[in-house]
Parts: sequence; C-alpha cells; structure tokens
Amino acid sequence: METPGFLPMARLQTLIDTLIDDGFRCVAPQVRDGAILYDTLDKVKQLPKGVTQEQSNGRYRLHQTDSTRNFAWANGPQAIKPLTFAPREELWYSEVKSDGSLKFYQAPTETEPVAILGVRACDLAALALQDQHFQHSFPDPYYDARRKRLLLIAVHCTHPAETCFCASTGDGPEARSGYDLSLYETDLGYFVTAGSLAGEMLLHRLPLEAGDAALFAAARGETGAAADAQQRQLPEGDLQAMLFGNLNHPQWQAVAERCLSCGNCTQVCPTCFCHSENSVPSISGQSTAHERQWDSCFSPGHSYIHGITLRKDTASRYRQWLTHKFGSWHEQYGRSGCVGCGRCISWCPVGIDPTEELAVICKDSAGDSA
Amino acid sequence: MHNLEKKPRIAVHKFSSCDGCQLAFLNLGGDLLELTRRVEIMHFLEAGLDAPEAEVDIAFVEGSLSTQDEIERIRKVRESSRYLITIGACATAGGLQALRNLDNQHEQWRDAIYAKPEFIKTLNHARPIADEVRVDFELWGCPINSRQLLAAINSLLFGVPPIDDRDKVCLECKRQQRVCVMVTEDKPCLGPVTRTGCGALCPSFGRDCYGCYGPADNPNTASLSKRFAGLGLLPQAIARRFLLINSAAPAFHDAGLIARSGVSGDDSDD
Ligand code: SF4
Ligand code: SF4
Ligand code: SF4
Ligand code: SF4
Repeated sequence: METPGFLPMARLQTLIDTLIDDGFRCVAPQVRDGAILYDTLDKVKQLPKGVTQEQSNGRYRLHQTDSTRNFAWANGPQAIKPLTFAPREELWYSEVKSDGSLKFYQAPTETEPVAILGVRACDLAALALQDQHFQHSFPDPYYDARRKRLLLIAVHCTHPAETCFCASTGDGPEARSGYDLSLYETDLGYFVTAGSLAGEMLLHRLPLEAGDAALFAAARGETGAAADAQQRQLPEGDLQAMLFGNLNHPQWQAVAERCLSCGNCTQVCPTCFCHSENSVPSISGQSTAHERQWDSCFSPGHSYIHGITLRKDTASRYRQWLTHKFGSWHEQYGRSGCVGCGRCISWCPVGIDPTEELAVICKDSAGDSA
Repeated sequence: MHNLEKKPRIAVHKFSSCDGCQLAFLNLGGDLLELTRRVEIMHFLEAGLDAPEAEVDIAFVEGSLSTQDEIERIRKVRESSRYLITIGACATAGGLQALRNLDNQHEQWRDAIYAKPEFIKTLNHARPIADEVRVDFELWGCPINSRQLLAAINSLLFGVPPIDDRDKVCLECKRQQRVCVMVTEDKPCLGPVTRTGCGALCPSFGRDCYGCYGPADNPNTASLSKRFAGLGLLPQAIARRFLLINSAAPAFHDAGLIARSGVSGDDSDD
C-alpha cells in the first residue's frame, strides 16, 4: 500500500471541526461510567486519551496510562448498533378522529447527519450484516434513514482485548471496507485513507502531511500484531452442520446451569436484530403509539406463540442463541453472525464464553461435519 | 364516555403497607384528571374518597395481609370487585413485612418494638393477597410506577389482558445503554433474576439492583449466588440480597435460604 497522508496528533481537531462545519453531529468514544461509550463530541480532549482496557469473562476495567493515543483500547459495550437499530423507538401511531374513525401515522424517521469517529473493524462487519437484514431482507425505513445519514471514520484496532477474536472470524483488527475514512493511529498522529467518495472529498480538505513510509509500515504492523495476540477462536469446520448435528449435546444443559438467561450477550452483540413490538396507549384512550424495542432469544416472549412459550428453559434458549448466531446465519446471510468482537464474553454477568461452549459442542462431531 | 352509567368503576384499597404504591396514582398529576374522564374512582382514601364497600370493576389492592381484620376485609373486596389487581411488593409477595416470616419470633419482636404490645393484633406471618383470594393480575415493584399502572388500566379498558412482562431488568438496562455495574464494578446486581418494570432504575444511578420488582421469568438464582460468592460475598450477605423486599416470593425465598445454609458457593443441593 502506498503511504497515506499523515494527520499530526495536534491537528485531529481539524477533522472534527470539518465534520461539524459540514453539518454532522460527531459521535465518538468517551469514558462514561467506567466504560468507553460512543456519544456526541466536539473537542478532541473528550476522547479517551491514554485509556486502555482490560477485559475477560464477565469483567471490564479501564486504566489510565500516559500514552498520547486516543484509540488504544478495544470496544466497550456498544458502538454503532444503537445509532442505526434504536433500542426503543416509535414506529407508528394512531388516533381516534372526531367522527370516530381511526387515523394512522408513520413515526418520523431520523435524518440528522451523524459522523462516527473511531469505528472498529468488527463493528463495520457487524453493520454490513445489519444492513443485509434491515435494508435487504426486511427493508426497514427507520433503520434505512438512520443508516443513510452515517459517515463512518474507522480507526484500525491495535489494542484488542483478551476477549476479542475478530482475526478468527476474518473481520479485523484492520478494517478492510465499509468505512468512509480510516485512520491508522501512531503516537505522533494518524495515517488517513479514504474508503468512499465522501471520504475522499473529506480527506482532501484535511491538513495532511506527507507520510513517513517506515512509520506507516510500523502502524500497519501493529494491526497485524494485534491479530497475532488474539487467543480465542471459533472451531474450524462447518459450524452449522456441527451445531445442528449436536442438538442433544449434554453441554446445552451444562451451560444452562450457569447461564442466567439474562440476554446481555444478545443485547451487546452488534449483529443481533431481534425485537418485540407493543402498543402504548395514551391516558385519554384516544391515541396509541406502536413501539419496537430490542428483544432477545433469552426472553420468554421470543418463543411465545398462541398461549405457549416454546423455549421455556435456559438450555433451549442458549441453544437458540448459538445455533442461530453461529449456525443458521450461514443459511440466512451467507456467513456466521459473529464478527468476533468478544462483547458477549466480557458483558456476560457470569462470564460465559461462546467460543468455549462451541469448542465443547463441536468437538465430538468435528468428523461428521463433512 | 358517552354514557356516564357505563364508566368503569375503580377502587384503591390499602392493607399493610407504606402507601407508596398509591402514589403511582397521585403522581399521575394532571393525567389523573384525564383518567377520571374514563373511569369513576369510587374508593381511594388517600385521595379522600371513602366507599370501601362499593361494587367496582377494578379493585387495586396495596399491602399485605398482616392482621385477622385484613383477611376479613380482603374477602369483602374480592366479592365486590370484578377484577382484583395487586399493586406492589407487599400485596403481591408479602413485602418487607414478610421478613418477619423468616425467624418465627413474632411475639418477641412485637414486645420489643411496641410500647404497648397488648394493642397490637398482628398475625405471625405477613402474607400476599393471593394467599387468601383470587388475584387477576399482579403489578410488582416497591413501589410500582405510574407507567405500569396506566398500561394495566388501559389494557382492561380496551378489553384485553394486561401484558405480564417477566423479562429481566438486564434487558431494559441494556436498552437504556447503562454500563453493567457487575461487570465493571463487581457490584452484586440482582438484575439478572429480577423482573423488569422499573426502567433499570438502580443501574441508571450506578447502583446494583436489589430485586424490588421480584423474581423474573426463569430466574437462575443458583448461578447468580455463585457469582456473588465469586465477587467475595459471604453466604449471609448473599442471603440478604435475596431476603429483602421480596423475601416471600418463592424464587427469592428459596435462594435466600439456600445461601443462608452456606451451600451457595458449591454445587451441592442437599
Ligand atoms: S457473538 Fe459475541 S463475539 Fe460474536 S459478534 Fe456477537 S457479541 Fe461479538
Ligand atoms: S450467556 Fe451470559 S449474558 Fe448470555 S444470557 Fe446467559 S448469562 Fe446472560
Ligand atoms: S447492571 Fe445489573 S441489571 Fe444491568 S446488565 Fe448488569 S447485571 Fe443486569
Ligand atoms: S433496579 Fe431493581 S431494586 Fe432498583 S428499582 Fe429496579 S427492580 Fe427495584
């Protein structure tokens, strides 16, 4: 790769200012309540400078270092998903007219332009999967409007967490596509590349300097080292066949002993798209809003049909989570639904790790998968 | 609304409780006036309406059954109501008062606490309403909130059963995009076994849920107890997590007693 232009650390604010001048709300990582969260930002100094993190099963901690870097950490609990697939939103509402008839209205969609600075490779891959679901399989005007307003600025990952396994899923740590602009972070500044026409136009307005080839090689090397440092991985082979060939594996029951059926794994997973809908009538009884909210295969409502909850116990719910995410996604969307972000491991209150469960469940049948 | 005679009638009854759940009505403020265009409130002492015997379509009942008199009274309420809905932890699961069920020292406590114990006529155990009469729907929480209340009233007015949302607090906690206090701060949060409804209030303020909405669907208290032990909680401390607001709700009661017997840290289930 040719050496990209270089944006010195001290000039990062120019990027943010340009975005804001162009009418974007800039959303970027910040430290909130002990985690790295994405929220509106207008000053570089709000970025998590020098912050690193430590993650393991059911555990997440931030540490302050004197590093000059702003992106020396792996993902926190959420990134892009809440900005495209809202945790709760109104879809439509209706009201009773004076002649007694009902009138229905579609809820307004969000169109405010949003630029997200600091998107990770895993989340870009997850976004592509959500696009398949919400823009192609089941076109959704609310998702579509939020999605189209996004400008995505990736920062290639150099500090994976112990829970990350994006190298094994082929989705990171270096972002390959799906971004408008991408940044390789070094102690001194950023190498900037464009991934779209909008990114190209933005890049040309930045005060870039000629980049140093050796420094760029070192920066790219860091993403490679980040891949090599990852410990976890998905089992080799046809996961869909292995999972569906093991529906009665005793491990489903074993994991159900530990699993709280709390749904945290699915809520932090950047590709999970399940939701439920309900009506919220007004106190006057003259109008009602129809809302949708994130749901989970761990909830009783998820498998409720005509008076019965089909998956009552945790073993069947946990099995639904893994057989869908790592199995039938292949059929549905041509790949596994996992981008290796490791969130489900860190944010599971009891630290259950799907890669470990998969290893046990798929081990016995690695042979019959062919 | 067109025919005043047809306006559904409601009553709000109080048993052994702190009155906090009734505030879910009063906190509606202006909306309470709006509500009275659709329903007629017959009995609600806290709002100055005194007709406990009135026949009603929906009776809301706050408080546990703690005296013999209350047992007689709840039977009458049941007879004069089409639907009976319990509001809050006391009515639904016995509430804080049910803590006294745990040590069987009712007389000793009574005599120690009250200056003139001879005037105190309480039952040994505080019990939920459903122990005595049929309950049509339960609103959990200590206290409940106006949102739950309105959803239940609206459903009944539209002629459909209210939604019994038994999801866990965690689901809502994540929808609210709160940072998990157990994962980041090792706080012993009961969210993973507690019923949703509060809007994940405690984690929103950086606190661990203490289970005031009672047990959720499918609560794995054994695994959570083990996790609490891993966080360094001693068996008595784990027991106190479960034996608090909803100590008489079976799932929390059993988890508390198991923890108290000291076996929470391992897998034995003797
Ligand atoms: S399954 Fe887990 S590791 Fe995979 S994308 Fe979802 S949250 Fe990330
Ligand atoms: S695997 Fe963990 S996060 Fe997922 S439902 Fe079970 S306990 Fe909750
Ligand atoms: S803070 Fe409590 S309620 Fe929220 S996700 Fe964590 S365990 Fe669940
Ligand atoms: S978080 Fe738990 S204790 Fe706090 S209000 Fe909600 S249910 Fe009650």
